[in-house]
Amino acid sequence: MTYGLEGPAPEDRPAPQGRRTPQGIRIDPEVEAEHEPRRTVISALVKHEPGVLSDVSGLFSRRQFNIESLTVGPTEDESQARITLVVEEPDPGIAQVKKQLRKLIPVISVRELPGDAMRRELALIKVNATQPDRVAAVADMYGAKAVDASPETATFEITGSRQKIDAAIETFGQFGIRELSRTGTTALARDTEDTASEAPVEQQVNRQQTTSPHPTANDD
Amino acid sequence: MSERAAPITRETDEQPAETRPDDSSTETDRPPVTTGAEAVVRTLENAGVEYAFGVQGGAIMPVYDALYDSEIYHVTMAHEQGAAHAADAYGIVSGEPGLCLATSGPGATNLVTGIADADMDSDPMLALTGQVPTAFVGNDAFQETDTTGVTAPITKDNTFSSDSARVGQDVAEAFALAREGRPGPTLVDLPKDVTNGETDRVPDELTPPDTYEVQEEADPEIVRDAARRIEASSRPVMLLGGGVIKADAAEECRAFAIEHEIPVITTMPGLGSFPEDHDLSLEMAGMHGTGYANMAISLCDTLIGVGTRFDDRLTGGIETFAPDAEVIHVDIDPAEISKNIHAEYPLVGDAATVMEQLADEVDASPEAKKWRAQCQQWKSEYSMAYQAPEDEPVKPQFVVEALDEATSDQAIVTTGVGQHQMWACQYWTYTEPRTWVSSHGLGTMGYGVPAAIGARLAADDDQEVVCIDGDASFLMTIQELSVAVRENMDITVAVLNNEYIGMVRQWQDAFFEGRHSASEYGWCPEFDKLAEAFGAKGFRIDEYDEVADTIEAALAYDGPSVIDVHIDPRENVYPMVPSGGDNSQFALTEDQL
Repeated sequence: MTYGLEGPAPEDRPAPQGRRTPQGIRIDPEVEAEHEPRRTVISALVKHEPGVLSDVSGLFSRRQFNIESLTVGPTEDESQARITLVVEEPDPGIAQVKKQLRKLIPVISVRELPGDAMRRELALIKVNATQPDRVAAVADMYGAKAVDASPETATFEITGSRQKIDAAIETFGQFGIRELSRTGTTALARDTEDTASEAPVEQQVNRQQTTSPHPTANDD
Repeated sequence: MSERAAPITRETDEQPAETRPDDSSTETDRPPVTTGAEAVVRTLENAGVEYAFGVQGGAIMPVYDALYDSEIYHVTMAHEQGAAHAADAYGIVSGEPGLCLATSGPGATNLVTGIADADMDSDPMLALTGQVPTAFVGNDAFQETDTTGVTAPITKDNTFSSDSARVGQDVAEAFALAREGRPGPTLVDLPKDVTNGETDRVPDELTPPDTYEVQEEADPEIVRDAARRIEASSRPVMLLGGGVIKADAAEECRAFAIEHEIPVITTMPGLGSFPEDHDLSLEMAGMHGTGYANMAISLCDTLIGVGTRFDDRLTGGIETFAPDAEVIHVDIDPAEISKNIHAEYPLVGDAATVMEQLADEVDASPEAKKWRAQCQQWKSEYSMAYQAPEDEPVKPQFVVEALDEATSDQAIVTTGVGQHQMWACQYWTYTEPRTWVSSHGLGTMGYGVPAAIGARLAADDDQEVVCIDGDASFLMTIQELSVAVRENMDITVAVLNNEYIGMVRQWQDAFFEGRHSASEYGWCPEFDKLAEAFGAKGFRIDEYDEVADTIEAALAYDGPSVIDVHIDPRENVYPMVPSGGDNSQFALTEDQL
C-alpha cells in the first residue's frame, strides 16, 4: 500500500528558469555579481567596559568571518574605546560583518573606512646584531628605531603600513630574526572626517551590495 | 493582574492574600527598597511582570527572598530548562518578556537550551541568574560558571551586574531590550553580594541601553520602488514569518494581501499570521511545507517576505530558492537583510509600520488572476491527504485533525520537535496569531510540556491549551507534568506515540538504508499510567473509534490530562524537500526521495 499525496511526480512539474548565486543573489545578466574577497578596514566605536572585546571576537568566531587583525584601545573619551578591524571577505560578508557588529549592544557605531584612511601598525623586531653596521643601515632605511641592544641582538621598533613592515621584516631577515611581535592595523579617517560617524549610506541597508560603497582599500 | 492572566489563588498562612497590596496600591504604600534583590523585584513589578518561572538555589536566594513579599507569582519548575521554555512560551503568547530565574552554575547552565531556543526564535525573555559573590568570581568557587561568557552567543545582550546601586537599572534595561525592536532573550547575572547589598535605587524608566537603535520606518524611496514592483508583478507571493506575529503586524499583512489578492505563504514560526482557511492561503512552505506553497514559492516573480530570516529549512538550497523572484524583504533587523537571500528591495523597519507605508504606496493591484488560478490548481493537485484504513493503527494526521475540530480557533498549540510537530503544522488549521507555540530555529525536543505551562499562564481563561508531543520529545521534559499538576493547569497533552525518534527514523529510512541506529524506543513507558502517577489524568487511544470520545474527555477534564495515542509507527511526514534541495522537487512519497 502506498501512502502519501496525489499530484505530478517531481520531474513532471513546471520548473522555474532562474538561478541564484550561493550568496542568494538572483542571477540577472545585467547585474551579474562578482564576489572576490577584498580587504577593508572597519572601525567600531564601543563602550569601554569589560567583556566588549570578548563579545566582538566571539561574534567573529561563531559566524566564521575572516578577520585579519583586530586592535583595540581607548579614545579621547575615556568611556569609549575604538576597535579597528581588518577584514578580508567578499562584499556580502563585509556587509554582514558591519551589520552583525552593529547589533552588539555595547557597540556605538560601525564604519567602513574609505581607501584613503590612515592605516598604521607597529612591529618589534629582534635581530642578531653580529654585523651592527649593516643592521643599522637597514634600520635607517626603514626608519626603524632601536629600542634595545645587546652584544648579540638589537631590537627595533617600526611603524607604518602593513606593506612597509612586511618589507622591513624581509630585509631584516638576512641577519636572522630571533623574535618578532606585531600589532594589527589601527586607523583613522583623514582630514576633518569623523572616523566614528556612520556614513548615511551605511545607516541604510546598502541596496547595491554587489558594488562597494568605497574604493577598494588598498594598503598605502 | 492583567485580563490575560489566569487567576491563581495563592493563600498561605504567613501571607494571607487580602493583606497583599492590590492593584490600586501606589508607590508610597509599598515598603521601601533596601537591598539589591528588592530593587530587582521592584523593577520587575514596575515592568508589569506577573509570573516568574524558576528553581531556587544558593546564589539566587536573595532574589527569591524578595519575591516572597512580591505580587509576582512564582512557578517552581522541575528543571531550569523547563523554566526557560515556560518563560519563552509566555513571551510568545503574551508578547511581553517571560521571566525565568535560576541559580549560579548548574542552574544557569540548565537555562542555556531554553535561552538559545528563545534567541533563535527572537522571543522576548529575561533570564536572571544567581552568581557567586563578586569576591569569589573567577576563583572556581562552588557552583560558579562564567554565565555571561557561556550565554554571550545566545542572548541579545547579557550583563554581569556588579553594583547594588546599579542592579535595578541593569534589570530594567535588560527587560526593555528583550522586547524592543527585534525581540530576544536577555540575561542579567546577579552576584549574591550585589543582591544582598544595600541600595534604595529603583529605576523609574524602562528603556533599553542608549546604544540600541531601532528604525521604525523604511526608506520611503525603497518603499516606492517596491510598490512599483508589486504593481507590475504577475506572480506575486507574500511570505509571512514569525516577525509578523512578534510585531503584531498580522492585521496589516492580511489587509494588504486581501486587498491586492496576493497568495500568502507562511513560514513555520509565521503560522497563524494569516488564516489558513482563507482562499489566498497556501499555508506553510519549506522542508515539510505544502506542495502548493512550495510550487508557488519556486515559481513566483515577486516575493514579499515579512519578518522572516530565510532559514534553510524554508529555503532548501539557496541557488534554487525562488530563482525567478525579485525579493522585497521587510525586517526590523538590518542584519537579516541579504543574509541568506539577497533582497532587491530592503525595507528595514517595524513590520506593521512598513506594511502601512507599502499599502499607502501601492496604487493598483497586480494583474495576477492566472497566477491565483494556478495556485488553486496546485492546491487541488497536491492537497494534503493521507490514507487511513480502518484495519490499521491510527494515523497521527487523523488525531491532529480531530483535536483541531474539538477545540476553538483560539486554542493554543504547543509541540515538541519531530514528526508530531510537522503533523501539527500540516493538519491543524491556524487562523489566529499567538496560538502556535513551538521550537522553530533550535528544534528543541522536550519543548512542548513546559511551553504549555508558560502558554497556559499567558492565555485567556477560556483558551484551550493543547500540547501535541511525540514519545521521545515528551520523555525529555516529562517531569514538568508535576508542575502542571501542582498548579492545577488545564492543559491537554496528546502524545503521538510511535515508539521511535520518528523524524530520525524517517531520515534513516530515506538516507541511511533503513539502519535504525538508536532511533527505536522499544522500552517506551505507558504514558497514561505515568501521567496518573504524576497526578494528572491519563487516557489511551489505540483505535479510530476511541479518538473523538477520548479527546472530548481529555479536553473536558479540568486539569492536566495526557492522551497516549498509539499511532501507526510506519507513518512518515510528506511532502518532504530533502535537506538543501529544490523546493519545487518535493517528494510526496518515499519513492520520490
